[in-house]
Amino acid sequence: MSELNQMSNQAPASPERRRFVGVATAAAGLAIAPGVMLVEVAHGRPEDQAASSAVRWGMLVDATKCATGCNDCVTACSTENGWTPVAESAHPKQAPQWIRKLELQDPLTQMETNLPMMCQHCAEPPCVDVCPTGASFKRADGIVLVNRHTCIGCRYCMMACPYKARSLVHESLNDTQKPDVPRGIGCVESCTLCVQKVDRGDGNTACAEACTAAGHDALLFGDMNDPESEISKRLRELPTKQVRADLNLNLGVRYHGI
Amino acid sequence: MKRLLALGAVVLTTAALAWAGSDDQPKAGGAPKPVITKAVKGEQCVEPTDTMRRDHMKFLDHHRDQAVIEGVRTKKYSLKECINCHASETTGSVAASKDDFCVSCHSYAAVKIDCFDCHSTKPQGSAAMHPLNAETAHYKHKLAAQAASKVSAEEMAGVAQ
Repeated sequence: MSELNQMSNQAPASPERRRFVGVATAAAGLAIAPGVMLVEVAHGRPEDQAASSAVRWGMLVDATKCATGCNDCVTACSTENGWTPVAESAHPKQAPQWIRKLELQDPLTQMETNLPMMCQHCAEPPCVDVCPTGASFKRADGIVLVNRHTCIGCRYCMMACPYKARSLVHESLNDTQKPDVPRGIGCVESCTLCVQKVDRGDGNTACAEACTAAGHDALLFGDMNDPESEISKRLRELPTKQVRADLNLNLGVRYHGI
Repeated sequence: MKRLLALGAVVLTTAALAWAGSDDQPKAGGAPKPVITKAVKGEQCVEPTDTMRRDHMKFLDHHRDQAVIEGVRTKKYSLKECINCHASETTGSVAASKDDFCVSCHSYAAVKIDCFDCHSTKPQGSAAMHPLNAETAHYKHKLAAQAASKVSAEEMAGVAQ
């Protein structure tokens, strides 16, 4: 019991400590010499450095800017990650959907809302809780992924996910995969927050890039742990919601205007 | 009746021998030896050849766990880099035809490769579109030959600079 108390006492202090460690690392990185960085902060992580929990990648979806009929984020995702769009699939009901557009209507007022729905990158992901092999996991920087080397395709995670974010690859892909995005038959998959781009140091996802390119600016990707990042600033200003906030999953994707 | 059976046996044996004799592969040699093509890029693999032949999966397994779980994406021991160097010049792949780098040995050793159920067997982009960065600059004469119809040598030089 005393152990439990200790843990609960320590818990609230951890974000502060984390922030301090983050600041200390950044300072160390800057201190070496002018122009020489030992540690590149946040966006350009060196390739030999593991993902760090000092960062939490997240996304802000501004549903008030999301355009009716626009599908650019979905197309960009399928192009970047190499999955066949539902419309082109031979089996649409089985087709993978890493991100999908939803059009909602309030039955009383007829107000329409548009928003993209994908993996919400929960801090407490139910898909990770139920996975029998440990294939479904949360990376240190908050990205929820499937380790396809251990996934047995049982689909418990698909049932556990409150957001219907995951899909199973039903058929052999016959070497149509992208070199950066391995995916294959018998494995569950979902949005990876473009982990290959994040690790490369692009600092953005394909969907957010496409949304900006289309001039809508409804998607903003960034580090929610960095108080100076664009996403943190916007999250401080705008009223945002988590979908199914009642589940207390602490989502990495936040919505404004729903 | 016995004589007839014996005759039948002799005929069958002769036919079988004749069929075996007509085969190009010498039977005593066993399965055809793997064709090992030298990597298109680079002079030396990340480890000595003997070590790579025996232990490549140890390196790959360790690297993949680090890459997937921790996000450590170093180039050494990365499967993508194997493919970048070893993809065949004709098929542009390490596993498309039976003489391609991975398949050739694996079929000889009768070891199934699962990697390419999920991983692409080809380098990033098609061979003609292969990015002419510093790592592949020494390879550009081969690319230029392949892409001869579309891109002029001057354009290639411009891209390389």
